[in-house]
Amino acid sequence: MSDQILTSDLRPPSSDFRQTKMTRKIKVALVGNPNSGKSTLFNALTGLNQKIANFPGVTVEKKTGICTAVGASGETIKAEIIDLPGTYSLYPKTPDEQIPFGVLCDPENESYPDITIIIADGTNLKRSLFLCSQIVDLKTPVILAINMIDLMTYKGIRVDYAGLSEKLGIRVFPISARKHIGIEELKKALAEPVTVQEKDFIDSKKFAPEVVDGIRGEINVNSNYGAFQIANNLNLIGWFKKNPEKKEKIKSLLAQYSFDNTQLQAGETLERYKVITEVMSLHVKIEDVKKHPQWSKGLDNILTHRVWGYVIFLAVLFLIFQAIFSWAKYPMDFIDSIFADFGSFVHDHLPQGVLNDLLVNGIIAGLAGIIIFVPQIALLFAFIAILEDTGYMARVSFIMDRIMRRYGLNGRSVIPLISGVACAVPAILSTRTIQSWKQRIVTIMVTPLMSCSARLPVYTLIISIIIPSNPVWGIINRQGLVLMSLYLIGFFAAIGSAFLMKWFVKARNRDYFIMELPLYHIPRWSNVGITIYDKVKIFLFDAGKVIIAISIILWFLSSRGPGEQFNSVQNKIDVLTTENAVSNSDEINHLQAQRLEESYAGKMGKWLEPVIKPLGFDWKIGIALVTSFAAREVFVGTMSTIYSAGNENKGDLTVRDKMMAEKNPETGGPRYTVAVGWSLMLFYAFAMQCMSTLAVVKRETGGWKWPIIQFFFMGALAYLSSLIIYDILK
Amino acid sequence: MKLSQLKEGQSCIIESFTDEFLKLKLMEMGCIPGEIVNVVRLAPMGDPIAITVSNYTLSMRKEEADTVIVKMFEAGN
Repeated sequence: MSDQILTSDLRPPSSDFRQTKMTRKIKVALVGNPNSGKSTLFNALTGLNQKIANFPGVTVEKKTGICTAVGASGETIKAEIIDLPGTYSLYPKTPDEQIPFGVLCDPENESYPDITIIIADGTNLKRSLFLCSQIVDLKTPVILAINMIDLMTYKGIRVDYAGLSEKLGIRVFPISARKHIGIEELKKALAEPVTVQEKDFIDSKKFAPEVVDGIRGEINVNSNYGAFQIANNLNLIGWFKKNPEKKEKIKSLLAQYSFDNTQLQAGETLERYKVITEVMSLHVKIEDVKKHPQWSKGLDNILTHRVWGYVIFLAVLFLIFQAIFSWAKYPMDFIDSIFADFGSFVHDHLPQGVLNDLLVNGIIAGLAGIIIFVPQIALLFAFIAILEDTGYMARVSFIMDRIMRRYGLNGRSVIPLISGVACAVPAILSTRTIQSWKQRIVTIMVTPLMSCSARLPVYTLIISIIIPSNPVWGIINRQGLVLMSLYLIGFFAAIGSAFLMKWFVKARNRDYFIMELPLYHIPRWSNVGITIYDKVKIFLFDAGKVIIAISIILWFLSSRGPGEQFNSVQNKIDVLTTENAVSNSDEINHLQAQRLEESYAGKMGKWLEPVIKPLGFDWKIGIALVTSFAAREVFVGTMSTIYSAGNENKGDLTVRDKMMAEKNPETGGPRYTVAVGWSLMLFYAFAMQCMSTLAVVKRETGGWKWPIIQFFFMGALAYLSSLIIYDILK
Repeated sequence: MKLSQLKEGQSCIIESFTDEFLKLKLMEMGCIPGEIVNVVRLAPMGDPIAITVSNYTLSMRKEEADTVIVKMFEAGN
C-alpha cells in the first residue's frame, strides 16, 4: 500500500472560491521534528526562491520562500512558506523551539499562518504524531505530510493513510521529499480549502477545567488546547505585551487554581502517547521489523569507536582544513588579481582625484576584501552540509561531547575551532549548528583566537627579522618551530578563554544533550548547494555592509590628513604623478611614506605611541595597528609604505631589509629586537584586528554587545601578553 | 536502578524520572514509563550513551541517564 498514493478527501462539497484572475496570497508554516526532512521539503516546495533573515528579536534563522500552486478549482495561490525551526513539541525548551510555539499559538504574530504543514518522519511516526496531535488540537488549518515513504517501504512500515486522516481530521499526504514523490499533490492542497478538526485529539480541558474556561472567557482563543498552552507559556506570547492587564488576570487565575505546569505537561504527554499508541495499532502496521538497517549500525561501530572514531574524525578535520587552507587559495588568488586589475583599470581610466581614490582604494578594495572570503565560506559549508546531511555531525557530537564539555564547549564546537585556523569568518558562520545558546556564544568568542591565515604574513615577516634561520640540533628549523608555537599559543588561548567564559556567560536555557542520532543518509546535493548559496548570500549582504563602511572609514583615515603639511605632501605627489615623472620611484615612495605619516592614521599612530610604548612599539607600528584593523595582513603593506620599501624584483631593499636596518634612537641598537618581535607577534595573535569577523559576530549574535565585549577582551589579552613578554625579553 | 548503570547491549523498562525538567524533555522524545529501552552504545569514556527507544536512536549524557529509574528487562519477561 505504501507505494500507492492514497489521500483522504475531506474537502467540503463545493469550493467557495470562484475562479478569479487574481492570485490569492497565503502564509504557510512548515513545522516538524529535527531530521524529519523538513529542509528538503522546504527546498522542494520553494526551489531557489528563498530569503533568509532572523526572527524579530532573536538570532534564530527565519527562512521563507515562495511556492505557487494551482488548486482543483483552477485557482492560483502564491504561498509564502515559512520554515520554522525543528521541534519535538510545542513546549519550548530552547530559544529555537520558542519560535514554532510563538508563531502557531499567537494569532497576532507576524508569521501566523493560514495553513500549517506538519512534516512527519514516517519511520518515526509515533514521535512525529506527538507534535502533530498538539498542533491539530490548536484547531487551525493543518495538513500532514508523512515523509520518507521510500524508506518506510524498505522498513516494512505500512500506513492506512485514509484511516489516519479520518482519525486526525486533517488531510494526510504520503511523500518522499528526497525523491520528489507526492510534492505536487501537497502543493495542490495548499490552493484548496483546508479543514479544521472539530474533535479534540485528547481532551486537554480536563487537566485544568477552570483555567481553560477562565482564559477562554477572558480572551478570544479558538480551542481548549490553545487556552491550555497559553496557561503553560504565558510569558512567551507577544500579544500580552500590549495587553498587560489581561496577562495579570490570567496570572491570578493560575494562582487561584494552583496551576502546576510540570505536572500538567507530564499528564498531557502521557495521555497523548496513550492515544497515539492506540491510533498506531489501528492504522500502522510494521511487517518486517528491521530495527536498524544493518549498515547504519556497522558504520556506527566504526565511526564512534574509541580509536577509529577519533582517527576518522581527525582525517575529516584534516580534509576540511586542507580545503579551506590550500584549495581555496586558487580561487582567492584569482579574485585578488581580478580586483587588482579592475582597480588599476578604474584608476587609469577615470579622472584623477579624491573620487577616483575613494573608488579604487576605498570601495573596490573593500569589495575585494569581502568577496575574497567567498571560496573559503563555500568550501567550509560544502563540508558542513555534507556532514550534517549524512548524519555524521551528530556522531561527532557524540564522541566529542565529553572532552569539549569540560571547557564550556560542545562537541559541535570542534569544527568552528579548527576552521578558525583558516579563517574566523566562515568558522563563526558555522556555529549555527550548536543548539545551546551559551556554548554557541563561547565558541564564537574564542574562535578568533585560533591563528587564522591572515596572521601568517605578519608572523613570517617578523620571524624572518628576529629568528635566525639556522637549525636547532642540526635538523629542526628554528623559524618553523616559532611559527608552530604561535599556532599552539592561539589554540591554548582559545581553550583557556572558553574555560574562563564558561563562568561568565549566562545560560539562557538549561543545557542538555538529549539528541537524536539519525540514520545515515547519502547527502542530498541540492541541499548542499542551497546551504552554500545561503551562507554566501548572508555573508555578502549582511556582513558585507559593515565591512564596506569600515573600509571607507579606513581609506579616509589613511589617505586624508589635517593641516598644511599633509596638503603640501599631497600636492608634491600630485605634481609628480600628473607629470608622469615616475622615473624617480624612490622619491614617490618617500613622499607616500610622508603622506601616511601626516594622515589621520599617522596622527593616530603618534597619538597611540605613549600607550603602546610599554609594549616596545613606536608610532610607525601604531599606524600599522590602525590600518590593519581592516585585516591583519594589511600590516605588511603598511610597513612597506612607512619604510618606503621598493620593489624586490628591481633589487631594491625590501620591507624586511629596511625593518632590520631600522635603529632605535634611544638604545642605538636595532629597532626590531627579539623582545619587540615577540611582543608584536603576540599582539597579532590575540588582538581582534579583523572587521570582517566583528561584522559576522554582530550578525550571528544579533547586536553589538558581543562583538564589543570580544574586541575589548581580546585587546586586553593582547596588550597584557605583549607587555609581559616584552618586559621578560628586553 | 538507573539507566546510567546499564551496560552496552542491555535492555530495561522505564519506570520513573527524578528530574522534572528532563522528565518532560525525555517524555516528549518518546521515553514514556513502560517503554522498553536498549542501550546500544557508550561513547568513548562511557559518556554520553546511546539508546534505542520506539525504533530510533537517542543519545544523552550519563548525568541525564542518572535521572531515569528503570528495571531490567529480560527477553521473555
